[in-house]
Amino acid sequence: MRFIFGVAYFLVGVLGGVTLVQSQAASWYRIQEMFQFGAFHMYGMILSAIVVAMIGIRLLQGKRSLEGPEIRINDKARTWTRYIVGGTIFGLGWALAGACPGPTLALIGAGWPAYLVLFAGMILGTWVYGLLRDALPH
Amino acid sequence: MSAKREVKDVQEIMTQLWPWYVSGPLLGLIVPLLLWLGNKDFGISANLRHVCAMWPGKKPAFFQYDWKSQAWNLLFALGLLAGGFLAGYLYPGDPVSLNGTVLERIKSWGLDDPQALVPVKLFALGALASWKVWVYLLLGGFLIGFGARYGGGCTSGHAITGIAAWQLPSLVAVVFFFVGGLIGAWWILPGLVAWITGGAG
Repeated sequence: MRFIFGVAYFLVGVLGGVTLVQSQAASWYRIQEMFQFGAFHMYGMILSAIVVAMIGIRLLQGKRSLEGPEIRINDKARTWTRYIVGGTIFGLGWALAGACPGPTLALIGAGWPAYLVLFAGMILGTWVYGLLRDALPH
Repeated sequence: MSAKREVKDVQEIMTQLWPWYVSGPLLGLIVPLLLWLGNKDFGISANLRHVCAMWPGKKPAFFQYDWKSQAWNLLFALGLLAGGFLAGYLYPGDPVSLNGTVLERIKSWGLDDPQALVPVKLFALGALASWKVWVYLLLGGFLIGFGARYGGGCTSGHAITGIAAWQLPSLVAVVFFFVGGLIGAWWILPGLVAWITGGAG
């Protein structure tokens, strides 16, 4: 990967981090408000993000990316157990912690050290999944 | 426009809440930006796997691959940290103004009015003096990490990218994110927070 692309990926991340904080999508309170159906804010964000992403994918699909490879979306495997069970477990954690992985990183940057502990828990969970993977139904 | 005026404008923008119709499209823009740069998929939780793959010792087969080939995503994650620093540390904004019913409910669990982006009793440095907060954080993190890999993605990969790419598996995953989320938010979190704060729940 050329240096300039590394910088570019970093900067796209900066855009994401700033947006997550300024929109308060990184806020524990906003996540609780979302799950308690108290405001449209989070739903509006997710829905409008999907629309923009959808248009972007439509425009770019089949074209060549700046780094070279052709732009294409790989289909996800249609084995449903993992999405149902894994999705439910993720959702539980999302509500309990009041954050998902992106906002967690932004909040560590914003100076909330407890999110480092949350992040450590995520690494632990990922590791245990890696250990149990072959034994789990997918 | 004078330079001084511009600095003031930046401060104003950075201390205000960005409405959903600005912040949502900005987040969505990340998907085509990453595709356009190098056909990369927006998926933040994949980085948790890459961090595990960095472990030099014995590790499960799931983590035996060249994580350096995914360096772009780790750089993206570092960008998220830096963005959070820029926005949250340099320009601390107004406290979160919540829906009144939600606020009353949260306060009944023993939390105070929002003083910052997140509850001080759960996430400030001082909160880490309580072992209960460690249990809370590690439990939440564990479920997120385990669930995201088992389910093949998190909010960025499934809810935004996957649905935008018409992936039915992602839609199913997001529906169950909400099944788990509603169970957690309504039946587990009230008691859990009250247990930490010593409040009613």
